[in-house]
Amino acid sequence: MDLNKKFTPETWPEHPERATLEGKNKFVGFWLFLGGETILFATLFATYMALKNKGPSGFGFSTQELYQLPLVFVMTLLLLTSSLTSVYAMHHMKNYNFKKMQLWLAITAFLGLCFLGLEVYEFNHYVHEGFTFGNSAFSSSFFTLVGTHGFHVAVGLVWITLLLFRNAKRGLNLYNASKYYTFSLYWHFIDVVWVFIFTVVYLMGVIG
Amino acid sequence: MSSVAQKRGFGAALWDWMTTVDHKKIGILYLIGGGFFFVVGGIEAMIIRLQLLKPNNDLVSAGLFNDLITMHGTTMIFLAAMPILFGFMNYIMPLQIGARDVAFPFINSLGFWMFFLGGVFLNVSWFFGQVPDAGWTSYASLSLASTGHGIDFYAIGLQIAGGGTLMGGINFLVTIINMRAPGMTYMRMPLFTWTTFVASAMILFAFPPLTVGLFFLTFDRMFDANFFDHQMGGNTIIWEHIFWIFGHPEVYILILPAFGIFSEIFSIFSRKRLFGYPAMVFATVLIGFLGFMVWAHHMFTVGLGPTANAIFAVATMAIAVPTGVKIFNWLLTIWGGSISVTTPMLYALGFIPSFVMGGVTGVMQGAAPLDYQLHDSYFIVAHFHYVIVGGVVLAILAGVHLYWPKMFGTMLSETLGKITFVFFFVGFHCTFLIQHWLGFWGMPRRVWTYMDGQGWNTANLISSIGALLMAIGVIVMVINIIMTTVKNVRVGNDPWGDGRTLEWAIPSPPPFYNFTQTPLVRGLDTVWIEKQEGNATGLTFAEPVTDIHMPHGSIIPFFMSVGLFIAGFGAMFHQETSWGLPLLIFGLAWTFVAMAMRSLKDDLGYHVTKEEIQRDITNASKGGQN
Repeated sequence: MDLNKKFTPETWPEHPERATLEGKNKFVGFWLFLGGETILFATLFATYMALKNKGPSGFGFSTQELYQLPLVFVMTLLLLTSSLTSVYAMHHMKNYNFKKMQLWLAITAFLGLCFLGLEVYEFNHYVHEGFTFGNSAFSSSFFTLVGTHGFHVAVGLVWITLLLFRNAKRGLNLYNASKYYTFSLYWHFIDVVWVFIFTVVYLMGVIG
Repeated sequence: MSSVAQKRGFGAALWDWMTTVDHKKIGILYLIGGGFFFVVGGIEAMIIRLQLLKPNNDLVSAGLFNDLITMHGTTMIFLAAMPILFGFMNYIMPLQIGARDVAFPFINSLGFWMFFLGGVFLNVSWFFGQVPDAGWTSYASLSLASTGHGIDFYAIGLQIAGGGTLMGGINFLVTIINMRAPGMTYMRMPLFTWTTFVASAMILFAFPPLTVGLFFLTFDRMFDANFFDHQMGGNTIIWEHIFWIFGHPEVYILILPAFGIFSEIFSIFSRKRLFGYPAMVFATVLIGFLGFMVWAHHMFTVGLGPTANAIFAVATMAIAVPTGVKIFNWLLTIWGGSISVTTPMLYALGFIPSFVMGGVTGVMQGAAPLDYQLHDSYFIVAHFHYVIVGGVVLAILAGVHLYWPKMFGTMLSETLGKITFVFFFVGFHCTFLIQHWLGFWGMPRRVWTYMDGQGWNTANLISSIGALLMAIGVIVMVINIIMTTVKNVRVGNDPWGDGRTLEWAIPSPPPFYNFTQTPLVRGLDTVWIEKQEGNATGLTFAEPVTDIHMPHGSIIPFFMSVGLFIAGFGAMFHQETSWGLPLLIFGLAWTFVAMAMRSLKDDLGYHVTKEEIQRDITNASKGGQN
């Protein structure tokens, strides 16, 4: 592959992420990886649902009292919006507009960072209330499920930061297009998982 | 491998193997690693059988016996059978579909090193004197109560090795989806490629639950979590579900590639197209689906209730249907064929009755009421050894004999091969057939010793003698391998004379780029078709000689795995030492830095030029080694 090959918006392929064999392999491989991740989160969800509200005798925490929907609502808005901004970024990638793509990805990362900050605040709050990781089966399963999601967000942030800085000077080519594209797939996946967490953990916890 | 390569210093050769991303070399590494752990697990098995040789024996202590059975099972499943099959998949599958490598050569190498260092991590427990002792299933109520770091070695070692397996699975899937040669449609893929495909898909969906389960266990034991502790609201049955949602597909992940190897053997040595190829493909896929729907038949006696037990009983018995389809197809492949009884064919012929017996006892246990009688008895031990040894291990031994000439360019001695087979096959039945009756006579599994006068003495003695015969068989095979390597008589492209698929149309061993030109596939068993039409080379090419793009080797996969290995010790000791937590962070940071280096540094690979390939072609046509 020639990294120095110059493209114009006209010569840029319609699906740059799949224009090379390496790109095609990454595309298919990453979809499959997300299939495995789905099973991973499904196992975590099933365990959480089995252990919800379960603790030692005299256990004082329940989903109704613990969760605060306003905070979670703001977090949801942030993450859903970041998914939208990553769509804008991919739109610009397909139009060979590197600067706009970088800008929208930076916005995506910023929104993700805000989300993560709120999650850290939320966990910190619970721990100060005495709802620690080792406090009960409920707390272990809650922190593992939501924490695994948060860990995925953190990994995504490091990933996109490295990508943005690594490619800042050299622009788009067929080598890094698939890297950007798999990141956007990953980010959408994180978003979908959060929709389930919002529903199953928080909404069903408070209302159900 | 060129003669130039063999003359280099040891250090250079070691570096070459540690940095290799060539699927053939990684395949051989898997075989060596898996073979090593096969011997370790085999020695453990021999000690188990020696301990049970006579009543009231005290060769090993009860605690050590628990260590031995746990490590025997864990080692054989995760570190011997899987990696050896991965070795064959890695080496043979890309050749069968006419590809030059797997889709992600770097990740392929990472998968191997994670498997190997995970396996080493698990076995380091022997040197600490704190060995996993809760059985290979490590049920939470036992494993949480286990003192020392034994179970920690299990949880972290398998976590690292399992990660490697998952990467391998995704890699094989993408390779088969994206990198088949022109004309290689799905319904023209050799059956070994098909079974690799389905087994890889099963790995993709079965290993994440294991990952989660092992994390739960790690968190419970090392980070104060309470998933399985009922006093804190936890539930020990969750582990059983998660383990078997992984564990049952796992046995099909093992047996499907074994089916694939035997399908190749039946077809080659009967000189016939595989009977009912579409039905074989369909049965393979169906087994893949059903394999995920039967996990609770390991838990009939847990008390899930009659409805759940009935559903899982019916699903379990349903698997016998596609498996039966396969058995009949193999029989009909042999029927009317021009059969040559070579060593691989002997294994294949021995496999059919052995595996059918294991399958039938499986259906017996699928009947939930009967399972209440058989549960945790030696009948279970007999059953799963009949399917794993009678299916998977026979396939591995057959595969070693079948593919040895392709991998190393020399033919294993047929005489010694047949002696190996006789010792192993007789020993296998001698060991495990009698164990069915031991189960009926009430001997529970996993007991350290037994009292005299219960009628179990003779049966246990017979079983132990059988184990000795199997060991002799394996030793003969090792002698065979050594003698063959020393004699080093080179063979041509198609040493068995009746190769049907692409790997038999290229040199043995193949050049590092596999195919000088990408082949054109004209049907199922394309090489056979070409030979029938008078094309002695067995190949039609789809492209002229062009530059070949190849990936660079890298030491980073090894370093990434070492980081995880270090982090594992940090996690294990963080509660009792001050250096544990820093070590955990250091190990993970190490892995991350290695990964970031891989990501930030462009690796575009290199090209083997037209001229070099043309030179290889000319040399080969003159009869020289390339």
